Amino acid sequence: MTVRLPTGGTVIDRSKPITFSFNGKKLRGYKGDTVASALLANNQQLVGRSFKYHRPRGIFASGPEEPNGLFTLGKGGKLEPNQVGSTTELTDGLEIQSQNHWPSLETDFGSVANVASRLLPAGFYYKTFMAPKQAWKHLFEPAIRQSAGLGKPPMDNDSDHYEHFYTHVDLLVVGGGIAGLLAARMLAPTGLKILLLEQTPYFGGRLIQDHDEFGGSSSGEWLTTTLEELSTHKNVTLRNRTSVAGVYDHGFVIADEKLPDPSDNSGYLKRRLWKIRTKRIVLATGAIERPLCFVGNDIPGVRLASGIRDFLQNYGVSPGDRTAVLTNNDDAYKTAIALTEIGLSVPLIMDTRMEIRGTLPTKARKMGIRVEPARGIGEVLGKKTVTGLEMCSQVGEGTSLEIIGCEAIAVSGGWSPTVHLWSHCNGKLKWDDSRTMFVPDWQKPPVDSQGKQNIFPIGSADGYLQLHDIPVQVETTVKFLAQEFEKPLTNLELPEAERITEEKCHGTWLVPFGMKPANRAKTWVDFQNDVKVSDIDLALLEGFESIEHSKRYTTLGMATDQGKTSNVNGIALVSHNLGVPMNKVGTTTFRPPYSPIPLGTIAGTAKQELFKPTRKTPIDAWHEANNAHWEPVSDWRRPYCYLLEGETVENAVNREALRVRTTVGMLDATTLGKILVKGRDAAKFLDMMYTNNMGTLKPGRCRYGLMCDENGFLMDDGVVARLDETTFLCHTTTGGADHIHGWMEDWLQCEWWDWRVFTANITDQYVQIGIAGPQAREVLEKLGEMGLSEEELPFMSWKKGRLAGFEVQVYRISFSGELSYEISIKASEGLELWKRIYEAGKEFSIEPYGTEALHVLRAEKGFIMIGDETDGTVIPQDLGLDWAISKKKDDFLGKRGQYRSFLTDPDRWRLVGLDVLDREEPLPHGVYAQSEDQCDFGHPRMEGRVTSTYYSPMLKRPIAMGLVERGPERMGEVLKFNSGGKMIKAKIVNHMFYDPDKEVQ
Amino acid sequence: MLKLLCPYCGVEADETELVSGGEAHLKREGPESSDEEFEEYLFLRDNPKGIIFERWRHAMGCGKWFHVARCTETMEVFGTYPAQTYKPPTKVLQEIKARRH
Repeated sequence: MTVRLPTGGTVIDRSKPITFSFNGKKLRGYKGDTVASALLANNQQLVGRSFKYHRPRGIFASGPEEPNGLFTLGKGGKLEPNQVGSTTELTDGLEIQSQNHWPSLETDFGSVANVASRLLPAGFYYKTFMAPKQAWKHLFEPAIRQSAGLGKPPMDNDSDHYEHFYTHVDLLVVGGGIAGLLAARMLAPTGLKILLLEQTPYFGGRLIQDHDEFGGSSSGEWLTTTLEELSTHKNVTLRNRTSVAGVYDHGFVIADEKLPDPSDNSGYLKRRLWKIRTKRIVLATGAIERPLCFVGNDIPGVRLASGIRDFLQNYGVSPGDRTAVLTNNDDAYKTAIALTEIGLSVPLIMDTRMEIRGTLPTKARKMGIRVEPARGIGEVLGKKTVTGLEMCSQVGEGTSLEIIGCEAIAVSGGWSPTVHLWSHCNGKLKWDDSRTMFVPDWQKPPVDSQGKQNIFPIGSADGYLQLHDIPVQVETTVKFLAQEFEKPLTNLELPEAERITEEKCHGTWLVPFGMKPANRAKTWVDFQNDVKVSDIDLALLEGFESIEHSKRYTTLGMATDQGKTSNVNGIALVSHNLGVPMNKVGTTTFRPPYSPIPLGTIAGTAKQELFKPTRKTPIDAWHEANNAHWEPVSDWRRPYCYLLEGETVENAVNREALRVRTTVGMLDATTLGKILVKGRDAAKFLDMMYTNNMGTLKPGRCRYGLMCDENGFLMDDGVVARLDETTFLCHTTTGGADHIHGWMEDWLQCEWWDWRVFTANITDQYVQIGIAGPQAREVLEKLGEMGLSEEELPFMSWKKGRLAGFEVQVYRISFSGELSYEISIKASEGLELWKRIYEAGKEFSIEPYGTEALHVLRAEKGFIMIGDETDGTVIPQDLGLDWAISKKKDDFLGKRGQYRSFLTDPDRWRLVGLDVLDREEPLPHGVYAQSEDQCDFGHPRMEGRVTSTYYSPMLKRPIAMGLVERGPERMGEVLKFNSGGKMIKAKIVNHMFYDPDKEVQ
Repeated sequence: MLKLLCPYCGVEADETELVSGGEAHLKREGPESSDEEFEEYLFLRDNPKGIIFERWRHAMGCGKWFHVARCTETMEVFGTYPAQTYKPPTKVLQEIKARRH
């Protein structure tokens, strides 16, 4: 049984009991507990089921390396799946649920997968993907979806709040343990801006647990003094509960801060994402203990030696009355000593090494603990919890020498420096055989923008596990950094520490060394993803020898814990199996985040209305008041149509389009891009930008122009107005404004920088109002003060004037085929003019129209729309726009591209109109025309597609445009369009459906 | 997450302020060019593991295009310079030489 001891627990407050529930069962813990410690204190050893085989699993570790103890916390808008129990603080009333079992944690039908584990070998997914398609769809996928997995995602919106926080510092110290605090303390007087982040709620790392004295006083005193001293330095900031998740280029770091329990805080903010720019990083992230591989090593009760020690000392939780220890190093003896000192029993320490002479083993022996050299565990006894073990010879095959009764097994396979952050930005690792660990390779460090090392590992993160080594090693780094920052250091006092002798950790991976093949399938390497020794054997046998391949084939280290406890063991097994040294096998690539970050933290405040700002025109409120049905158009919102009471969207669109054709309609065209191009070489420049000849445009006149990219593909279109000899106003599509402005600047700045041209994106500066319809002129003439007759303002010209007392520019251009004016006015006056026009138009039954009516009107006329008729592979010639491509100009952007053979191919798909036969509704959007013959793959060959399709209220029938192979040469032919298997016939016709002779505009 | 010095406005700009424009110092090929020359200009890029000269625009800042000499492997920056040039400035080339021996 795991129970709370009557005394002890340095981080819990026994005067503050709290209640919580686990799978509905009411339990008690203390303030300061983690979810894991509280569960263990209540003898809840079985906490979940494994991913693949549904094996019973218990708490294994005490930090973010925990592979098993993942829980679903809270409910409703506060539900969070897959939370690590050992890093989550217990809060009052917390509802905890275990995961991945059915129907219950204790009785799990999925555990038959355990029996059938031979059916789920390494590479299972890859192999089944190659099986018949039907087998995957009907057999494997449903079965796996049912059984495999973690917690279920929340169904409600997250009701908590998150934020992002930005800061710039000189130095970031990651880790508030011994080395991190020491470095910060030594550097604090330099005045450098230092930020120290610690992932747990408390500082000091393993100092208090593992060491009585430090720096000439008790370790507790040293810690208090250090924290007090640091608090006096304004240039130093310490944050606990903040886990650094990733290091990126040029000293960019992100960290995830968990704010304390709302019950003793404002309760507003749950987590904060730190975005930090730092010049240097001191990495004091410590080390993580490794397990060993032996039969039954995943049974609840088998735990990391350091974890058992942490729960004992920090939370006062006993692992059980009898704890056996299995180790290959001296450090695990600390656990045996701590257990014995508190009065619990350690029946046996099995040490895989032959000779054991270090300070700690000697102390253990003196305390009367039985130490057996060269021994290992043949098999763990017990199913849902440990009941005992069979001791064996480490060098043998696992024959049982003795059966030992115990409730817990403390395991230590040595320590791995936490080097993740060193590696995120290219820092390399090397295998250090003398220390049996991967350590940072200082010859190949991560660098800053100047090519200088920017991460400095200290303490156990650099492989220095002994307390007495740390001060000297920290001092070296601190001196180097102070020199780099050109800051003098004053009297560095190195804290003294007890010097102990330690025997080298032995590179033991498999216990016993000669483990029988059958047992390799009962020995776990990766607990969370259920990877066994036999899986690695199989992967290698099948040729997946590169560690990156064997990782993916077996899924080793690919679970949410990212193999913090399993990776090095896996690499060692590959190394031994292949007879290749560890350095040659190497590690897989470490990638951010170090610990998972909730999506809410990443989103921060960018949700709902704050997700993305909406651009609104100055007339937006009027649209809203007039019942606009909105549509997003790039970053803007535009009225799709205006709904009258009881009207459907479809009816509204038809009404608005008819209104324009019969009397007059008005459109808010403000969102159209407006780029002013000015300068001595403006005409020359626009001749390069547009396919047409813009240099010949007379001041006062307008011309429709096309812009292509260098491939020759049509990119944007719009009307260009020449304002004077050296000034042009280029209209672009709504979505293209920023891009086209950037495109112009690119050519001006990088190619023709000697041309004298300036551009300005003035889209937001002007409101543009379109007035279209047979009575458009009459409406505007009512507002007076300028002549708008055919003679005074002919088609495709513009002029300045006054309307209703406002200064305006009027462009006589048309996108509907009707008599049409576009009025440009200062943005601040736009709404007022809009209202005045609306008032003036009432006697002509003027109505506002939205984007959909605009589309219907342009489609009736056969005008193209960028993004409908074009998709980045279409050239103007495909759209019958040859007339807009100058043959006289030597050069323009896209001219050379359009010479290429596939763009001059006579078989290209070209624009035509499509008359749907045998039905009343329009063709579906984007459907393809299927020809009678077949393509190379044996499928019917496609010979065209629909690009625009609408119901025309004017013609009272559906109309469509499409790109069809040699389309214009095939007038009158009937095509068959495949709409989800149903064939729809349509005849190829002229795409100018309405007023083809342009008599109206 | 790069940080680049805009040579125009002098701001140490975060990558979120910048837009990447690919390889720098390309020679534009117009209507007179052969298929091979045009292909080279439009499509063929070196993509080196190592030093690259590339174009960046301070899009969320001063709006200017500039050039960067950078190592694609270590993300080291050897210098930034205005785009109105056909080749990297001597100072930048010297910096590369100094750091790469």
